[in-house]
Amino acid sequence: MTEIADILISASFWAAVLRIASPLIFATMGELICERAGVLNLGIEGIMVIGAFAGWMTVYAGGGLWTGVAVAMLAGMAFGALHGVLTVPFGLSQHVVGLGITLLATASAYYAYRLALPEVTNPPRIEPFQTLHIPGLSDLPWLGQALFSQTALTWAAFACVAIVALVLYRTPLGLALRAAGENPHAVEAQGLSVGAIRIGAVIVGSGLMAVGGAFLTMSAFSSFFFEMVNGRGWICIALVVFGAWKPGKALLGALLFAGFDALQVRLQQTGMGQVVPYQVFLMIPYLLSILALILMSRRARVPAALMTPFNRGER
Amino acid sequence: MTDQDTAQGETVLRLSGITKRFGALTANDAISFSLAKGDVVALLGENGAGKTTLMNILFGHYTADEGMVEVFGQALPPGQPGAALAAGVGMVHQHFTLADNMTVLENVLLGTGSLWSPGLGKPAARRKLQALAQDFGLLVDPDARVAELSVGERQRVEILKALYRDARILILDEPTAVLTPQEADALFLTLRKMVEQGLSVIFISHKLHEVMAISSRVLVLRHGKLVGETATKATDRHQLATLMVGAEIEAPAPAEARPGAVLMRLDGVSTAPQGNRPGLKAVDLELKAGQILGLAGVSGNGQGALADLISGLEAPASGRLEIAGHPVTGWSPRSALLSGIGRIPEDRHRTGTVADFSLTENAVLESYRDAPIARAGWMDWAAARRATEAIITKYDVRCPGPEARIRLLSGGNMQKLILGRVLEAAPRIILANQPVRGLDIGAVTYVQEQLIAARDAGAAVLLISEDLDEILTLSDVIRVISGGRLSPEFARGEKTPAELGQWMAGQGFDHAA
Amino acid sequence: MMRLDPIAAPSPARTLGLPALAILATIALAAGLAAIAGANPLETFGLIVKGAVGSRFATLETLNRATPLIFTGLAVAVAFRARLWNIGAEAQLYAGALMTVVIGTQLGLPGPLAIPLMALGAIVAGALVLLGPVLLKTRLGVDEVVTTLLLNFIMALFISYLLEGPLKDPMGMGWPKSPALPRDARLPRIVEGLRLHWGFALALICAAGVWVMQTRTTLGYEIRAVGQNPQAARFAGIPVGRVLVKTALISGGLAALAGFSEVAGLKGNLTSDLSPDFGYTGIIVAMLALLHPLGVVVSALFVAGIFVGADSMSRAAEVPTYIADILLAAALLFMVLAILLTRYRVVRG
Repeated sequence: MTEIADILISASFWAAVLRIASPLIFATMGELICERAGVLNLGIEGIMVIGAFAGWMTVYAGGGLWTGVAVAMLAGMAFGALHGVLTVPFGLSQHVVGLGITLLATASAYYAYRLALPEVTNPPRIEPFQTLHIPGLSDLPWLGQALFSQTALTWAAFACVAIVALVLYRTPLGLALRAAGENPHAVEAQGLSVGAIRIGAVIVGSGLMAVGGAFLTMSAFSSFFFEMVNGRGWICIALVVFGAWKPGKALLGALLFAGFDALQVRLQQTGMGQVVPYQVFLMIPYLLSILALILMSRRARVPAALMTPFNRGER
Repeated sequence: MTDQDTAQGETVLRLSGITKRFGALTANDAISFSLAKGDVVALLGENGAGKTTLMNILFGHYTADEGMVEVFGQALPPGQPGAALAAGVGMVHQHFTLADNMTVLENVLLGTGSLWSPGLGKPAARRKLQALAQDFGLLVDPDARVAELSVGERQRVEILKALYRDARILILDEPTAVLTPQEADALFLTLRKMVEQGLSVIFISHKLHEVMAISSRVLVLRHGKLVGETATKATDRHQLATLMVGAEIEAPAPAEARPGAVLMRLDGVSTAPQGNRPGLKAVDLELKAGQILGLAGVSGNGQGALADLISGLEAPASGRLEIAGHPVTGWSPRSALLSGIGRIPEDRHRTGTVADFSLTENAVLESYRDAPIARAGWMDWAAARRATEAIITKYDVRCPGPEARIRLLSGGNMQKLILGRVLEAAPRIILANQPVRGLDIGAVTYVQEQLIAARDAGAAVLLISEDLDEILTLSDVIRVISGGRLSPEFARGEKTPAELGQWMAGQGFDHAA
Repeated sequence: MMRLDPIAAPSPARTLGLPALAILATIALAAGLAAIAGANPLETFGLIVKGAVGSRFATLETLNRATPLIFTGLAVAVAFRARLWNIGAEAQLYAGALMTVVIGTQLGLPGPLAIPLMALGAIVAGALVLLGPVLLKTRLGVDEVVTTLLLNFIMALFISYLLEGPLKDPMGMGWPKSPALPRDARLPRIVEGLRLHWGFALALICAAGVWVMQTRTTLGYEIRAVGQNPQAARFAGIPVGRVLVKTALISGGLAALAGFSEVAGLKGNLTSDLSPDFGYTGIIVAMLALLHPLGVVVSALFVAGIFVGADSMSRAAEVPTYIADILLAAALLFMVLAILLTRYRVVRG
């Protein structure tokens, strides 16, 4: 137990929590936007892969870091647009389309990667986002290292939560979005286009998922390799449920989740790591996600029209 | 046809030659009419006559195949509710279009300004809403969540939504279907206030007495055609009924019932509430052989809980449920069926049938694992087809054949198949939950006659309906449900509709209990 | 905006033409991808076809690759019929493979006894892996998509632990792999000298069995009713929860047989790369077959051919093998859209 206490008081642990949480926050917000509008986006896993690849490739090819983020976002939005068109006006199964998009986006990223770098065995590195030094705050003892030594992209993740919450609850756009996921007929009867709102939500949400993926290659690992997203997208879907479709709670879930992840990595180095196989530690994120789903199963209020296609003038 | 315009003042709305086809069905056939300022036009017609379709075209939910709509002399672009709203047309839909997860104010604000505006401007909106609510007698808390509102309150929100957008023309689609007679009177009062303020109203209904009470002019639709247009003063119920159905059809008049033994008894049964739906509260009920018990009440007052209980979908949380004197155990839909309960569900599309199944597959839905349809887990499709063909013939189900998808059938034919499925199992107890809702008059009469015949053959029938007229026509005894409680049993003709309306509104339960 | 209008009686031109169009669109996309890679599209296609069926060796390779895909495709088809979104065939496959190896190597049974017991054990293991998510769905309403997906990752780690720990082959020279099955505990070849084992025949038998189950038995009827309208099914007295559990047991068992057949028929031991995403690919196989069990056989052969052909092509041309994954994902999306448009017409308004 003292080992856990030691980890919890170390500043590097808290810095790691924020770092691990960042891609999850982006992607969870992206998924939350889609689901609040009534569309389950199972393309998330693949969209994170394409974001990770597109952002990295842009920088590797000589682009700036922020250009890379923008390209990743656009790539995500393109797949989001495909998802949106197939599931909203055509009303195709969101399960099938989502999985199809995940396969398509993942395979496209791998194909492009192999085309660009046919022979490499060691994935090349880029110069990633650097820690942002905030005068005053970053110099604080302990706190400075624990909370205020992050890259700009991490700060953007937190800003993203605030913006999503603000838009969702304080603007006409958010009102329309929430109504579209609850009762599309209400949106239609007030003269708005359900289709446009839903497709828009899927496109924007997918853009955020891709940025979450880009964080992995551009802020966390600095290179692209196969299987790097490794189920993070699916975890984000669990986080949306855990957060009861509310941005603040979802953020809390992502941080909690990142906390356990950071903890398990450090526990592997301790005496516990000698006794318990490392695979058990690696299972923790997935087990936690299932646990979160079980805990929230009866409590959360699901958007009433989630996964229900809306066809105008249907009788 | 336009002599009314000059009599009443400026024309605010004109429909010209509206035609709409759904596949082979012509829902609206070259319909033209106009509406004057301050006019209350009733759009009368039986189910399936095309009333709602016409209004959905006017409001922009559907696009007409032919014809045009003009509001205040300007042509409306087709298929755009936004354009209709901007032109001053408001619509109160039969199925409310409210988002349950948002407040009244948020529902009203939805779509009113630019989507891209940075804020909602709630304080000013709240003031405007409260003023409107005051003026028109539509009291409702702007900050209440819609999920927590009663049906009557939701309707007020729907009307306020239109008024908030300065609607000059208000369409109400079957607005009284979900109200008690008293609530309906309050609605009529509100409509009169609107007319005083210069609004025009289109009122869709299939109830003659309402049409006579509220409208200044009546349009009658039949099979998608406008078959009559007259000032209300110049007509009477008899004439309108004839116009509406072609020839006046006698409502079935059941002979005196001869009630027998009690087949089902509920003794202090309570069930848990589910979401917004109330549960049953210590309900006592007896269903007797050879008797139709009519259950009246406003939608959402526990009818669903009682129907689910009798269907076997829900077990009593407390109290006793007895069938033919024996308490039931392990209550489920299957055991309800095996106990001789036949169930006609409220929603034939979602509960009664599987849309993409054939007629055969739907006909055996309740008997698929019993001989002769199946033996030892193996289906005998030839036997199933024979049974279905028998139902098709006996109950006059119009269909391409037993292998056709049931989704292709009209509501009436679908209901006949369900009726056949239920009655061919020779049930001792029949639960008929809204058995004729949405059917055309021929199918209505057919279904009602079959229920009466089943009663005469000794079945106990529980008829649940939100249509008080239907209850009054068919029931041998009547009970009223409100907030999950049941009124005492009233004999046929014992109470007037107004008195039943008071029970429906929840009055009388306290001293009766 | 656009709107969909149902078509009462679609013309044959529509029902056949649109899926054909979907295939053409996929081929066009493939041509584009090959061109991007700087290869001649026609040559690339030729190499894929040649790699898939161009020789006896290639054809046998395709049949071998199709075998696990028939099993996982059937697993998905059975589950999806009941609208049970089993995305966890990968985990169930590994559970089956694991059980096969444990029974085959640890019990020391003679072959004729070991093989049926291995298959049975695999079925039980796969069924149990899916049982958890299904009970969570029926009892607590937990969405099975995410739980079955997450179980894939958990199972992969569990297998990795076993292969590095208790189940590690002491003679494996440090490689994380299980001991090999004894000779007599392996599935024999169908024809001596041809590299095709009885697992393929078992897959065909399973496809026929599932087809009979779906069309002739009360369970098949129940599964279809639950999938199409659970509310009506429950009302009619069909025990929805129990039907879903039975579906899960069948689906999980079928996916596990893929693992059994790969280990006992082809590989002889368990490694953590036993399945190159056979579980996920099963979803494509099932969807392309429109969930029809006999169609699954055809689509599994097609999908296997694409993979085998693309592998062989990428060795000869400069086109990465991932072209196969892109094509199949695109074919899936084009096909579901085409099938929708056979039943609905797009209209304005």
